[in-house]
Order: sequence, then structure tokens, then C-alpha cells
Amino acid sequence: MIIRKTKRILLLTLLYACSKKEPAPETFTGFKQPVGFPSAVYTEPITKEKFELGRRLFYEPRLSRDNTISCGSCHIQSAAFTHHGHDVSHGIDDRLGTRNSPPIMNLAWNRTFMWDGGVFDIDLQPIAPITNPVEMDETIENVLKKLRNTPPYPALFKKAYGSEEMNTARMMKALSQFMAMLVSDQSKYDSVMRKQGPVFTAEEQAGYRLFQQKCSQCHQEPLFTDQSFRNNGIGAGPNNDEGRYPVTLHPADKYRFRVPGLRNLAYTAPYMHDGRFYSLKAVLDHYAGGIQDMPTLDPLLKGGIALTEEEKQQIILFLNTLNDKNFVKDKRFSE
Amino acid sequence: MKHLLIFAALAAGTLMSCSKKDDPTPTFNINQKATLSIQFDNIVGDRNLQLNTATYANASGESFSVTLLQYFISNIKVKTVNGDEYSVPQDSSYFLISEANASSQFVKVRVPEAEYASISFVLGVDSLRSTMGIERRTGALDPAGTMETGMYWGWNSGYIFFRMEGISAAAPVGPDGLRKFRYHIGGFGGYSAPTINNIKTFTVDLRAGGTAKVRQGREANVHLMADILKVFNGSTSVSIANNPTVMFSDFSRLISANYTQMFRHDHTEN
Repeated sequence: MIIRKTKRILLLTLLYACSKKEPAPETFTGFKQPVGFPSAVYTEPITKEKFELGRRLFYEPRLSRDNTISCGSCHIQSAAFTHHGHDVSHGIDDRLGTRNSPPIMNLAWNRTFMWDGGVFDIDLQPIAPITNPVEMDETIENVLKKLRNTPPYPALFKKAYGSEEMNTARMMKALSQFMAMLVSDQSKYDSVMRKQGPVFTAEEQAGYRLFQQKCSQCHQEPLFTDQSFRNNGIGAGPNNDEGRYPVTLHPADKYRFRVPGLRNLAYTAPYMHDGRFYSLKAVLDHYAGGIQDMPTLDPLLKGGIALTEEEKQQIILFLNTLNDKNFVKDKRFSE
Repeated sequence: MKHLLIFAALAAGTLMSCSKKDDPTPTFNINQKATLSIQFDNIVGDRNLQLNTATYANASGESFSVTLLQYFISNIKVKTVNGDEYSVPQDSSYFLISEANASSQFVKVRVPEAEYASISFVLGVDSLRSTMGIERRTGALDPAGTMETGMYWGWNSGYIFFRMEGISAAAPVGPDGLRKFRYHIGGFGGYSAPTINNIKTFTVDLRAGGTAKVRQGREANVHLMADILKVFNGSTSVSIANNPTVMFSDFSRLISANYTQMFRHDHTEN
């Protein structure tokens, strides 16, 4: 009996050693609908080959005019795919943009994209940064020209689509497959909600209760956004960015911006469309006492949100349960 | 019975060949298509448009030259003298007219053999196509174009329907040292929220200038004049000094309203 057991252990050890030398072939599980999340807006079946092509493209600096900037330059995985530490991002030739690079996560649920919702289809989204003169300053036409002459792209396109042909739709759809796969649903909050063992501390629980009373009307669970556009009273910045107004030309949309999701805030500072707040405390101080009245200020924020210092701390402790360590380290999403 | 049928067929054949000889007017036959060419000849009032080199004047008394002129023509429909109508299949009905590209000014579509009394088309890209998946945006609609000549807004998903740029002393000096004016007119009505719609449909009666007799072996050409002076001179007198740059804005509606007067039929070559 003992001998048999030892044999088994030996065998297992041997197997383990083997598997360590040669990593087991990666099993691609595709897009998984997280428990408790609404149905995804993105419904195209995700294939391993298109996803991998998309990942390669996401980290490809040839998407920019001088081959220096990739999507991953301003959407860094360790920062939950935003540009940590930058109020606005610097693109090509160190030209500065006007808005804070938003995190790329849970985009499969987005109905619109960008801070102003100007893009309505994930497949059309990459065109904006690629062609923006202060971001990548390139044309799709020229990117495709470069990729056609760059191995292994012809082979990767063939694996993904059955032929080496490269066109706008194929390139964009591959990028979408990668972006749609960037799902963050492994935070402590998720484990608590799914009753997988972890529980909130008393302080986190108090913060959650406050959050539900004072924040969740706009930051709806479980994505922590209702996907609306609102003026949250931070006031016009020096460049007078009017937010959604230039997209719809409705005066009511002046200074309205997307209600951002609140997952992974520990990795995505600074906050707001222009990155003006460096800490969550600064954000809550704004909601509690810094709201500027404007004609388009969201009615829910008139007069601000009453919050004591203790309550702010509790809300911050709750918000920290939304950080997803697995997401920012997931090897599937790395360069 | 058999004989009768053969006789009838023979008679029909004879009749048809007779009618062909005597009167080349084709009858509407949905199954027999031929090419119809529609020529977009860009002019400025009573002068031909010449990019860069020529100078023109608008009703505000501003002189200007044109460096770029491009617009989308789509959703072409034709109507015969008998009232039969035919719509060119949508996938083959998007064209980008560019003054810099002579062949682009001849839009060629396949329509049933017939004598046509009117044609209609859209200046721009219809809202349905404007919201379709990227795989349906091929050819002229491929959003892969450049900033310099592209007809697509990446930041606010949508096509530029009409793009005219030029130089005028009335325009302010730009960062490039040039006095440029830029009119980029688009807006399909909005996707996630309704907004401006500058899609314009045109119907051109061909009877006065000559109907188009479309038949195989020939290529009828409907010669249209597109007078870009109408962009400035219409129900709104557009001044370059006051509006050197018009893109996605309420003012663009006034420009698109102006250019609804842009097209007229000059003649048809059959």
C-alpha cells in the first residue's frame, strides 16, 4: 500500500516536472459570461486565432505613424489598461491629448465608447486613436500596408480568417475580439456577491451600504455605471471641453461625460475625464463639497452628496473591494 | 398548338427586330441590364471648376480657390418614361466623387434596359448604412482614408458627406500659414442620440435635357452639372470670413440646405 502510494507520488512528481518544462497547451476558453452580469452587448463569437491576432495588434507600434506608439502604450495592463499617473496622455511626438485615457475593461457591455459616447460600435473605436494627430497620427490604410510586409501578420491573418487578406474590417474585428475579452469580474466584491467565501469587513459593508444609498443611481452594479452621460459638477476645465455636446449638438449635453465604471480604481488614477483628481479622497471631497452649479448639472447632484469624513473613508474601503488583481496580471492579456 | 407557338415566337422576334431598327427606345426589362453612366461635372457658376489654379468669387464678394472637393453619391434610383422604377442594389450604390480623380466623376450603375425620365440619388450616406457593421463598409465606404482626404469622422462615428476645402484671403491664417476654409458636412441623424441629419435626396428630371436610353452595347451618359457656388450662394449667404470652418455643427444644416440647389441636368448622351 505504502509502496503504491509512493509510486503514485513519484509518478505525479514526474508528470509535474514534465509539465513545468513544457507548459501544457493553453486551452482557450473564449468569452465567459460572468455570473451576475447582464448579457454582453458584444455577441460575436470569440475565436482563439482572432483574439491572438487582436492581442498582437493591440501591442503593435506600427499602428502609429512613426512606429512608436501602440494601443498598449496608453492602455497598460498593470493600470487596468489605462495610462496610470497621467491626467491626459501623451501620444506621438509627445503631443498631449485632452482627455484621460479610459481603462479598457468590460467593454463587451458598452453600448457606446469614449468619454463622450461618440463611437457607437467597438469595431469602429480604434479608428479614433489611430487617426488622431495627437495620439497615433496614422491612417488605417497605411497601417495595413505596413502589416502586409511584416511577418508574422500575413500568417496570423490567415490563421484567423482563412486567407492572408488584410483589410479594415478584419483588423478592427480582431482588435475587438481582444478588447471584448478584457473582462474584470474577479474582485473581492464579486466573490462576496457570488458567496464564494470572502465576506466584507464591517467597514467595507458600511461603505457598501453608503454606496448603494448615495452613488449607485449612476454607478449601477455590477458594472458600476448606468452608461449614461452626466455633468457631475466638476466645472469646465481650462480647455472648456464640452463633453458630449459636440457629438449630439444638444445644449443639454454640454459638459456631460460618460459615467465611468468603478472597478480597478486602485490602478487607474487619476480620475475624471481630464484626470484632475489624483486620489479617491479628492473625488469624494468633490461630491461632498465641491459641486459647481451649472445649467446642465445632473439633478441628482444639486447641492452635493452629504458625506462625513468617516463615510468617505468607508466608501473608499468599499471601492477598494472592486480591485481585480487577476485582471491586471492575467497572462492572456499581456504583450 | 406547337405551330402556333412557333409562329408567335417568330412573329415576336420579327416585331422586336423591327422595333429595334425603327425606334431604338428600349422597353423596361428587369432581367436585361445595361450600364447607365451619371456624370458629375463640378462647376463654379458659369465656369468649370479647376482645383488650385483658378480663383472664383462668392456672393459675399470673397474670392477663393478650391483645393479639394469630394462628396458621396449613393442610393441611386431610376424611373422610366412609363413610370417603372428601379433601385440599384444598395451594396453597389455608393460612390465617392472627387474633383481630383476624373474617372470618379462618372458613376456607372447597372439598370434594366429602358428609357429613363428621371434619376434620384442621395448626397451622403444613408443612416442605415452609417450604422452597419464594419464588414459592410467596403469600397468607397472603407473608413481607412487619411485625415487629408478622408471622408470619415473617427471621433464621432459617421461619414463626411461633402468635403470642400480651399484658400481665401477672407479666411484667417492657420497654423500652417495658409488661409484655408474647410467645409466638412455630415450627420446622418445620430445613433445613440438623435442629432443633425444632413442626408439630402435629389431627383433630377431628364425630360427637358434628354431622357436616358439604356440598352446593351451602349452606355447612356446623364451629364449633370454640380455647381459648388450654390454652397455659398443660397437661402443662406455663406461668408468665408464669418464661417471659415464648418464641420459637425448646426451651421452645417444651412450649408447642406444651400447645396440642395447644386445639381442640374445639362444633357444626355445616348
